[in-house]
Amino acid sequence: MEEQQLPEFHRIPVRQEGEAPQLSAEEINEIDEERSHYECDGAAGLEALRIVQRKRGWISDESLRAVSAYLGIAEAELEGLATYYQLLFRSPPGTEVIQLCKSSSCWILGCEQLQADIIEELGIGPGETSTDGIFTLLENPCLGACDRAPVLLMNGELHTHLSGEKLRALLAEKRRRHADQSTD
Amino acid sequence: MLTNPLTKNIGAEDAAPDLEAYRNNDGYRGWLRALKMPPEDLIDLVQKAGLRGRGGAGFNTGLKWSFVPKDRQAHPIRYLVCNADEMEPGTFKDRLLMERDPHLLLEGMAIAAHAIGATSAYIFIRGEYHLATQRLETAIAELNDAGLLAPETTGADQTLRIYLHRSSGNYICGEETALLNALEGKRAIPRAKPPYPQVSGLWGRPTVVNNVETLCNLPHLLLHGADWYRKLGHGEDAGTKLFGASGKVNNPGLWELPMGTTVREIIEQHAGGLKAGLTLRGFLPGGGSTDFLGPEHLDLPMDYDAIGKAGSRLGTGTITVLDEATCPVGLVLNLTRFFARESCGWCTPCRDGLPWVVEILQRIESGAGEIDDLELLRQHTSRMGPGNTFCALAPGAAEPIQSALKLFEQDFIDHIRGGSCPFH
Repeated sequence: MEEQQLPEFHRIPVRQEGEAPQLSAEEINEIDEERSHYECDGAAGLEALRIVQRKRGWISDESLRAVSAYLGIAEAELEGLATYYQLLFRSPPGTEVIQLCKSSSCWILGCEQLQADIIEELGIGPGETSTDGIFTLLENPCLGACDRAPVLLMNGELHTHLSGEKLRALLAEKRRRHADQSTD
Repeated sequence: MLTNPLTKNIGAEDAAPDLEAYRNNDGYRGWLRALKMPPEDLIDLVQKAGLRGRGGAGFNTGLKWSFVPKDRQAHPIRYLVCNADEMEPGTFKDRLLMERDPHLLLEGMAIAAHAIGATSAYIFIRGEYHLATQRLETAIAELNDAGLLAPETTGADQTLRIYLHRSSGNYICGEETALLNALEGKRAIPRAKPPYPQVSGLWGRPTVVNNVETLCNLPHLLLHGADWYRKLGHGEDAGTKLFGASGKVNNPGLWELPMGTTVREIIEQHAGGLKAGLTLRGFLPGGGSTDFLGPEHLDLPMDYDAIGKAGSRLGTGTITVLDEATCPVGLVLNLTRFFARESCGWCTPCRDGLPWVVEILQRIESGAGEIDDLELLRQHTSRMGPGNTFCALAPGAAEPIQSALKLFEQDFIDHIRGGSCPFH
């Protein structure tokens, strides 16, 4: 494929050299791999944010600057992406991110009650993280599992046919696991 | 003859056939046949077979391909993009195809790539579809390891590269021009059309965006021919489709059925009817952005034009069932909240209109509505209608609202007159 130069304004350095926070070698490898999939380097910015978040849990100011410095994409542009896309986090979530499906089918089958149960159990509403730092609750538009509604996704794992009872058991189990880990 | 081309490899077990199993079962034979055909003949065949886009718009797939410029010298780089950003509320069909038969999709992509002359193809997949991503990754690696996409097999100048792009979220990414912006690493905001992506898409190159299920139709269409494909449908439309039903039915699920299967057969026979003690109030035929239809439409065939004539859209073909014990105002509020949140914010009727509609619906649902609110809602739905916005998000959002105001008007009035939700 032919080489394309990014317009000059994309390349304005945002920090003096040497001052820039670093990406790990692993992150750089993955970003370079993704970058090779696209005709234009600009596409790597969004991929880099996703990769950095997967390694670090969220996108801090430092991470954003590191990606900016490495790819030569303006910080403001990356910030525009990081604040636009729902699955990119600009503040640290809990270790267990609950994505509660709020689709029409899950609504018909009681997702509002499940949300009320989560608020009662964990004391957190949508977009909030529990004080112990374990749980973050997010609303999801539709998890594409309407035949198994109501559902939620927790750290990549789909939990289906939920009831209040099943939800409480799930949260209790996660809590137990975290308590065990912290006493190890 | 084969009657379930989309699901023939899908068994009870939650697993996907590997490359060997897939090839032993006629896999990649349709593609090898396509490779022997000049691209123009291939496009012509798919157009004549009557395959229509399964993402919701129902546009003839071969016709869509035919808009890609023919002059390969003037346009050496072309792209194929598979839209796997399944995010329409109530839709769960592409997930099954990707999780349970990833090679069927990859074969479909290889056929489409040959038709339009693409050597790079992307699968734009939802970030939440972890299992589908994993299985597609494995299947792509198998293909590459076997060298099947190399010039020796394809006869093309370059190896066909198939890449997975994991989306970072947002419903609007499913709109094809917004999807292209996301692939380019930008905010997913729809582009003005024309130019259409077939002429100027990804990085200004000719680009075709096809839905997962559309692409999965291709391998067997090639293997068994256009006549066979047309005859699979019961009514006006060709082929089979994954139809689904969710809501308070006995057996929610997904079934591969002929195009033109009636709504009644899907809800009563396959989904086992409504749960004990409940009756049908209405249904969304194909996702959250389609108009509600009522019990009088149960005998309609699930065909693009038949559902269109009844005042709705076939959409994704996954039916959401509304029973008479569920509040229609609450359901419309749930859907509108979704659309308001998912608006990209680019144009005014959508960005400002949808939150306003949410506010009105919330007021009505909580019992604080006024009778004038109904007229206000009607005005909003026409302001958000086709032609007033950059893309189809707001017009889609208007569909359940405008149809609910017709079908369930009395419920809205009861909320307002009674000062509370009668369903609570």
